Order: sequence, then structure tokens, then C-alpha cells
Amino acid sequence: MKFIEKLMSIDRRIIYILIALAIIIPFFVPMGLPIPITKEVESIYNYIEDLGPNDAIIISNDYDPQTKPELYPMVKAIIRHAFDREVKVIVMTLIVTGVGLAEEAVKEVADEYGMVNGKDYCFLGYRPGWGLLILGMGVDIHTQFPTDYYGTPIKDIPVMADIHNFDDIDLVLSFSGSSIVVSWLTMAKERFGQNIAWGVTGVMAPDYYIYLQSGQIVGMLGGLKGAAEYETLINKPDTATAGMDAQSWAHVIIIVFILIGNIGFFITGKKNLKPNI
Amino acid sequence: MHLSPNIWVWIAVFFTLCIYSFLYKDNPFYKFAEHVVVGVSVGYGMVMWWNLSVVQRCWVPFIEQQRYDYIFPAILGLLLIFRLSQKLSWLSRYTLGFTVGAGAGVGLPLTIQATILKQFQATVLPLNFTTWAGICNFLIILGVLSGLIYFFFSKEHKGVFGGVAQVGIWFLMIGFGATFGYTVMARLSLAIGRVLFILQDALGVNVG
Amino acid sequence: MFWKRQIPLAIAFLAGLIFAIQYFVPHRVSQTIFDWYTDWGIVIGAFGAILGFYSISRLHITKITKRREGWLYSVATLVCILAMVIGAIVGGTEKGTFFAQMYSYVFVSISATMFSLLGFYIASAAYRAFRARTALATGLLLAAILVMLGRVPLGQTISFWTKWNPNLPSLVDIANWIMDVPNMAAKRAIALGVALGMMLVSLKIILGIERTYLGGGD
Repeated sequence: MKFIEKLMSIDRRIIYILIALAIIIPFFVPMGLPIPITKEVESIYNYIEDLGPNDAIIISNDYDPQTKPELYPMVKAIIRHAFDREVKVIVMTLIVTGVGLAEEAVKEVADEYGMVNGKDYCFLGYRPGWGLLILGMGVDIHTQFPTDYYGTPIKDIPVMADIHNFDDIDLVLSFSGSSIVVSWLTMAKERFGQNIAWGVTGVMAPDYYIYLQSGQIVGMLGGLKGAAEYETLINKPDTATAGMDAQSWAHVIIIVFILIGNIGFFITGKKNLKPNI
Repeated sequence: MHLSPNIWVWIAVFFTLCIYSFLYKDNPFYKFAEHVVVGVSVGYGMVMWWNLSVVQRCWVPFIEQQRYDYIFPAILGLLLIFRLSQKLSWLSRYTLGFTVGAGAGVGLPLTIQATILKQFQATVLPLNFTTWAGICNFLIILGVLSGLIYFFFSKEHKGVFGGVAQVGIWFLMIGFGATFGYTVMARLSLAIGRVLFILQDALGVNVG
Repeated sequence: MFWKRQIPLAIAFLAGLIFAIQYFVPHRVSQTIFDWYTDWGIVIGAFGAILGFYSISRLHITKITKRREGWLYSVATLVCILAMVIGAIVGGTEKGTFFAQMYSYVFVSISATMFSLLGFYIASAAYRAFRARTALATGLLLAAILVMLGRVPLGQTISFWTKWNPNLPSLVDIANWIMDVPNMAAKRAIALGVALGMMLVSLKIILGIERTYLGGGD
């Protein structure tokens, strides 16, 4: 009984240390478990796979640094795939604190592929008022973004020459840790018929299966796992894939603790633990 | 393994550890980092707002493209600043009336279209109890209707109505369980991201 | 009262009505009104940010001048605001500048780490509070565990029964089913409830029943 009681009152700091170890150790002892692909991720991959040099996609980095570890790998994987297919990539953000991350992601991948700003892709930067901005882009992107992030007039950017509004865009991909993605759906999809796909944090993903089932979105990447799936599909493993072993083991640790708590709960006559988290 | 020569990387490591020190207990290092991030984010926001909103989106079109009609929204925008004055704050209500009213007007048909109609439409599924897909369709219809009934509080949850509402709670509980599972995944992903940063960028460990 | 309350409510009513009707009228005039709105609204929004910057700066300046508890931390906040603004004016905002480095290495690091703390708390909280107390709680617990296992690569690896009979569902299949069927149905019921609520709030704003956005006073 004493053992059970001890098991029921493990110090929170021991749990923290075990979680930290479960995250750190797999990086040194990787198992390289195969990553199963979900249909919501595969459908985005298939969509972009069908695009070519005459097509264009918008990648809207609508997230701030808090959610970088989950969303940044997704953005990089999608840009890599688009560059592989030689699709024109237009990068923007609806969140002011996301400007730096958006620029970093597109520059990093563009340097990797030798893509040129203005010719193969462009970075439009940020404009305020996301709902209005999306609606305005449906009418004329050039009015909403008179210049790109670097101040170059949009009419002087070759990659934007034939792109005026959503009629010229094949797919908009929004990456966000908030409900901004739904604004894209409400404003761009419902008003202008623009095809939408999105990448969201794990916290948000379960809420958005309703839009997958209704066919309103092309697909969805959910959390680091979604990013890892995309990296697997394009065969370019990066940080998300590297983090999957750690993710597996940390989940196991949490499940073990939930089980310990419940076993103790039933053996000790259903007493509660002190709320010391 | 080779340590990063970039001083900024070590500044980032220092702040990362400052925040993680909160896991032990609240302390001045954590509080310092917490206030630094507020300052940096506000400063960053101010600069970006000036460059991208004021200059590129207001000033350039006004001066270079002669969009003199921008004077009207600029006046409405200036009225917003009266919010700071106790006596004249009512002037900001003109702007609020316009933006909130117009926002509601624009949003109303779009919300009905994107969420209400499309979501109800997607719930009208073919029923067929001889296939697994047909049974799943039935479960979806049952889950949506019973969930909606659970949220209908104008009628007491008793009898058949209460029974259906109880089915709705089961669906909601499974939904919340799924959300919990995903939330665990999301929060751990963030911790994995920070560990990767320290191992890869700072310590130069070749991971994976 | 008329100028302070009735006129703003009338503006809200007219703006709401015009833009709700505008959606259904594919005429040139209707489209021009919509174009103006999208352009003008952004200009108005640019001014709104001033209020936010003023509020946060005033909060910390008051804390410092009145020597309230933790005022030294407020000094750190103000110094950082100034450093970012001056840094941008002097050195610019391009990659490699002080401004950009502060963003990439200070802002990004602290923000991401703060949110990652929750990963540790959630583990401890689940151990202490996540109990199979009732049938419903057990349902929630099982769904959570199945999703946690089925959404990571380990879920496929430990589904040993699929080796005996490949027709049996793996943990990944079970998690997929939970997400696609019961989770989706539950979330749709919630989303429909929220959307109906939003629709009603929009109508109340247009009709002047909901007026809290105007603030207090006359």
C-alpha cells in the first residue's frame, strides 16, 4: 500500500525530468520509425504534385513565434514541394509578428533551390486587417499589396505579372495557430471560390475535421506530425521527422503516468491527488 | 559536436533556460525574460506597423497614386484616438459604428454560407446499414443532431429529449478526448522544437 | 445623446445593411462600394494600432513612475521597445541587423519556450487529474490515449495484432476513425452552435440591440 501511495505522490519535477529525457534521448538513439501518412496530408501533396510552372500558390504564414516549432517545418516542406514542381510561390503573412518567420522560411528554401526573389517567388510581407485584406485580394492583389516587403512596386515583379486576384491562384495555404484559417475559408473560398488548404497546430486540428469532411478545404496538416508526414511524402526529412521519435516516447511517458494515476486511484479507494502541477 | 560561435545563439539559449527555470519555481530570471519578450514584441510590432501599414499601405498610395479618397478613412481612424480622452471618447463611436456594423454586414452572409449551410449540407449523408461507411454516416448524423440537442437549453433534458442529449454528451466527450490527445501532441512538439534548437544550433549536435 | 449614441447606431445599421445586401447584388456599383470598404477599412485599422501601443507603454511608464512592485522589470520592457525602434531606425530591419537578430533569437526563443512549458504541465496535470471516475470520463480517457498513440509513428509499430490479421485495425486506423467520425460529429455540433450564435450577434449589432462595443457613458 505504501508503494502505491508513493506512486501516487510523485513530485512534479520528477515528471518534468522524465518528459525532458523522453524528448532528448531519442535524438541520440533514433529509432527511425516509419511515419504513417493520413489522407488529409496526402490530398495536399497530390494537389501540389499536379501543379506546374504556369501555376501559382499563396503561402500565408499566419502564425507568430509561439507556434514556430510546429508550423515552420510545414511551411518549409510545402515551399520545397512547390519549388520542386517549379510552381510560382507568393509568400505573405496576416500576422505582424510573423513577418520575420515568413521571410526566413522562404529565403532558406529559396537559397537551397537557387530560386530568385521576384522571378520564381515573391515575399509580399504583412498588411493589417486580415478579413478585409483577404476580401480585397479577391478583387485585386496589386491594390492590397502595392509593393512587396522590400518596397519593390508589385507591377515591377515578374512573378506577379499575370497574377491579379484569386482567379490566378491555384491554391492558398494558410498556416496558423488561430482561427485566421477560417477567415480564409469564409472570405476567399465562399466569396471567391478560391481553393484552400491549411496547416494548423495540434491544438486546433481536431476542430477542423468538419471542413475536411464537408470538402470545403483541400487538405490539412495538423501539428508536427502533419509536417513530418509531408517531409516523408516529398522525401526530404527535416526537423519534423527528426522530432517524431521524441514525440512517440513523450506520449508513452504521459500515458504511463495517466495509467499509474488511475491504478492508484482505484487501489487507494479513489482518493484524489493534491492539485500540485 | 561543435559549439556555435554565434553570440546570438547563446543569448537565445540563455533566455530559453530563463523560461524553463519556471518549471522549478517562479524566479527573477523568468520574470526578466517575460518582460523582455513583451518589449521586443511591442517594438517589433511598432516598426512593422510603421513600415508596412502606415508607409506602404497609407502614405505611398496617398502621395504616389493620388488616392485622395483615403482622407475619409484617415479621419475615421483619427477619431479612434479620441478613445483616450474621457470627454471626447464618444467621437470614436462613429468609427466603431462603421467598422463593427460593416463587419457584421459582410460577415453575416459569409458565416451563414460557410459554416451553417455547408455544414448542415455535409451532415445530410446517405444511410446504409449494410456497409461500414453507411454505419459511420449514421454515427455522424446521430452525433451532430444529439450534440445540437445537448446544447439546446430552452427545454429540460428529460425523457426522450434527455436521452438523446445524453448520447450527445458521449460524442462530445470523445471529441474532447481527441482534442486532449492533440493538445498533448502540440505542446510536446513545442518542447521538442526548443530541444532541437539547443542541440542543433547551439551545441552543434548532428541529430536524427 | 443623439450625436453620441443614436448617430453611431444609425451608422452601424446602415453599414451593416448595405454590406449584407451587397453580397447578393453582383452590380458594378455594389462591387465599387465593396472595393472602397476593403481599402478604407485597412487605413482605419492602421490608426487603431496606435491605441494598443499607447496603452502598453502607459501601463509600464505608470508602473515605473509610481515605483510599483516589479517596476524594474517594466524598465526592461521599455528599454526593449526603445532598442527595437532605435535599432530599426539606425540599422534597418534587414536580415543580420540588430532588429532582425533580436526578433529571431530573443523574441522567437522566448515565445516558443513559454508555450512549450505547457507540455510539461500537461503531463503532470494528466497524472494527477485524468481519472476514469465515470463511464463518460472513461470514454474521454480512452479517446485521448488512442489518439495519443495513434497519431505518432509508435502507434503503427506497436499494433502487433495487424501482423496476425492485416484486416484488423491498427492504432493509427482507430485514431483516424475517432477523428473522422465521433470527433468530427461533436465538433460540428459545437461549430454549428457557435455559427448560429455569431449570426445572431451580427443581426443584433445591425439592429442596434447589441451596443456594448460603443463603450459606457451617454
